[in-house]
Amino acid sequence: MKLIFRLATVFCLMFIASAWADEARPLHDGVAVEAQVQRLSEELRCLVCQNQTLADSHSELAEDLRQEIRAMATKGMSDQQITDYLVERYGDFVRYRPPLKSTTLLLWFGPFALLLAGGIGLFLMLRRREKSAEDLPLSADEARKVNALLNKES
Amino acid sequence: MIPEIGHFALILALIVALIQGVFPIIGAARGNAVWMGLAQPAARAQFLLVVVAFICLAYAFATMDYSVTYVASNSNSKLPLQYRIAAVWGGHEGSLLLWAVILSVWTVAVSFFSKHLPSAMRARILGVMGLISVGFLLFMLSVSNPFERLMPAAMDGRDLNPLLQDPGMVFHPPMLYMGYVGFSVAFAFAIAALLGGELDSAWARWSRPWTTLAWVFLTLGIMAGSNWAYYELGWGGWWFWDAVENASFMPWLVGTALMHSLAVTEKRGSFKAWTVLLAICAFSLSLLGTFLVRSGVLTSVHAFATDPRRGLFILAFLVFVIGGSLLLFAWRAPTVGRGGKFGVVSRESFLLANNVLLAVAAISVLFGTLYPLFLDALGLGKISVGPPYFDTVFAPLMAPALFLMGVGPIARWKQATLPELAMRLRWAFGISVATAVILPLLLGHWTPMIGLGLFLAFWIFATTANLVYQRLRGADQPLMARIKSNSYSWWGMVIAHLGIAVFTLGVTVVKGFESEIAVRMAPGDVAHLAGFDFTFEGVTEIEGPNYSASRGHIRIAKNGIERTLINPEKRLYHVQNMPMTEAGISPSVIHDLYASLGEPLDGGAWSVRIYHKPMVEWVWFGCLMMAFGGLLAISDRRYRLKGRTKPLPEHATEIST
Repeated sequence: MKLIFRLATVFCLMFIASAWADEARPLHDGVAVEAQVQRLSEELRCLVCQNQTLADSHSELAEDLRQEIRAMATKGMSDQQITDYLVERYGDFVRYRPPLKSTTLLLWFGPFALLLAGGIGLFLMLRRREKSAEDLPLSADEARKVNALLNKES
Repeated sequence: MIPEIGHFALILALIVALIQGVFPIIGAARGNAVWMGLAQPAARAQFLLVVVAFICLAYAFATMDYSVTYVASNSNSKLPLQYRIAAVWGGHEGSLLLWAVILSVWTVAVSFFSKHLPSAMRARILGVMGLISVGFLLFMLSVSNPFERLMPAAMDGRDLNPLLQDPGMVFHPPMLYMGYVGFSVAFAFAIAALLGGELDSAWARWSRPWTTLAWVFLTLGIMAGSNWAYYELGWGGWWFWDAVENASFMPWLVGTALMHSLAVTEKRGSFKAWTVLLAICAFSLSLLGTFLVRSGVLTSVHAFATDPRRGLFILAFLVFVIGGSLLLFAWRAPTVGRGGKFGVVSRESFLLANNVLLAVAAISVLFGTLYPLFLDALGLGKISVGPPYFDTVFAPLMAPALFLMGVGPIARWKQATLPELAMRLRWAFGISVATAVILPLLLGHWTPMIGLGLFLAFWIFATTANLVYQRLRGADQPLMARIKSNSYSWWGMVIAHLGIAVFTLGVTVVKGFESEIAVRMAPGDVAHLAGFDFTFEGVTEIEGPNYSASRGHIRIAKNGIERTLINPEKRLYHVQNMPMTEAGISPSVIHDLYASLGEPLDGGAWSVRIYHKPMVEWVWFGCLMMAFGGLLAISDRRYRLKGRTKPLPEHATEIST
């Protein structure tokens, strides 16, 4: 009985508390637009910062640019259109994902070409090694020398 | 007066470093015992002199001597003492001095713990470290002197960058530098071995604990930096692929490859040339990283133009160290033997494959970091290479490496067979695939990246569990005895590998399931995220020693039950008039609740960002486990050579990592 009474009190208090509290309003309405702004600002550079994305920056200019992106997003422009617009205004520098073009071919494909080369080199080397006759990690003489060195007291 | 003593100590240190760098190496070539014998006393004298210089600079900071240019530009009379001391390494000149101090710490450590080495080897190692020190001391004394006087003296200092006024600043840079500079020991061992033509298993065994220790420091340093960025920068990120971070990550990747390669060289006598090359690369990347970060070239290629002498010196030094050691490598490496034979499917080849992946990953990071610089320098346009690029390129390189990590320790040396491996790993594979599919479905959100990340994390958990089970099963001995019968270094490997799994799990979950809201909050307002209620109770104004702050109070409750209170701050540092955010964080094993204050709005309201970050602490806990595993490996008894007369039993010398 006592327990029920207590629970009831708690519930009443909670109800009152929630009646007092106001819901915090989102800074910006429009869930889809905000998602688009977030997605884009993670790919774009804050031009006045040392090295930060728009999403990460607290600077005023970043806020202005986010606002501008928001305005474009509200007008229904696609990611591609907004990016194109910004690149036209600020150059490729604004994009953290460099565009694929002749000067960035090496940047985008270099690592994978390197991986391929490394993989082929590794395979050829392993094949060659497997055929080689050498089987002793150390000759008996070498092993003796190593042990002598390792066991030598200071 | 005190700064002049420091300056003079640096000059003396340069002379001693020259003696340490020149005579022992020539002595080793000619068999002159007296010249070789100079190495140890010179190393110790140099250590004392560099430490004196460092103390003099710290004293100038502590006593607020603004007649020293460097102190005046990096400190302020309102700055609390602990940050005045940390400000010693807050700028270009001082961090080079810290570098030199730490190099001399490693050198003196080698001079004390190298009594078991042949005297020519020891002389060469200390000599090479002396030559590196010559480069740094000469750089400081010629173009980057921390003791330069300011005439007339400043009334007060320009203050330390507020971003750096944080407990993280006190230990993150020294930790990181211990790692960077620690690779100079592995480098010196490699160069000494090339010079002497003695690349054998003993060399690898001596070099291993030093390399692992440097790697442990680097791991902890990177972890501390990441954690610092997480709570200090105020947007809940923990890795930004920033050039400064990349500069520390590249030596870590190559250092990881080096540790594993050294293990094979010690145990099987293979990979000698490759190991030496990795040792050279790890230290070269450390040097490059130091200078990239410290020269300002990253912010703009034209930073060199402001002081071309610094740039020229740096380039010349890099060319000398990297070019010289690679030339030496090209000249001497072909004489190194090939070591034991092993099959295409064997533990050796798995380790080598992982080495290739780590090296390619490191080169890719280097590539992405330097590419914009080159394009700009060649006049081909300005581009930015950031997180979207690195995430795209790095994941496909690391995924196979993590997969192989599960197979390597289970495969036999010399010759393994795929059917046998498949039999042994089929359960681990099944469990990790099942987890990768079912767990995200239970949590209600599945993407290919989440699936891949969970698969790899549980793959490492499961294969490691299999490995431990195989080693410990059997009832002929009590469990404790069976645990002890495996070497410390083997357990170190197990824990470090589990650390990678914990890290991978943390990264996957936080990236896949984090959520955030940006809200306008007046006092009394409630925001909801991930089932929690965040009640804003307004801000209070507080005064710090050199800043004023608005301190927010946010009460967190779940289902009406109060959980905790967090206090995000918005600070304004007076001297540089720079706003800073201090996040309010409630950390736990399951998730972090994270809030940061934005801007004040009308009517006492603030813009507030609230983040829910599931399992983000696992990212750093995984790093701690890796570092602990490294420490355990170093404490293996086979490295404690004193008093040991007979060879250790086979299982103890079995290589682990």
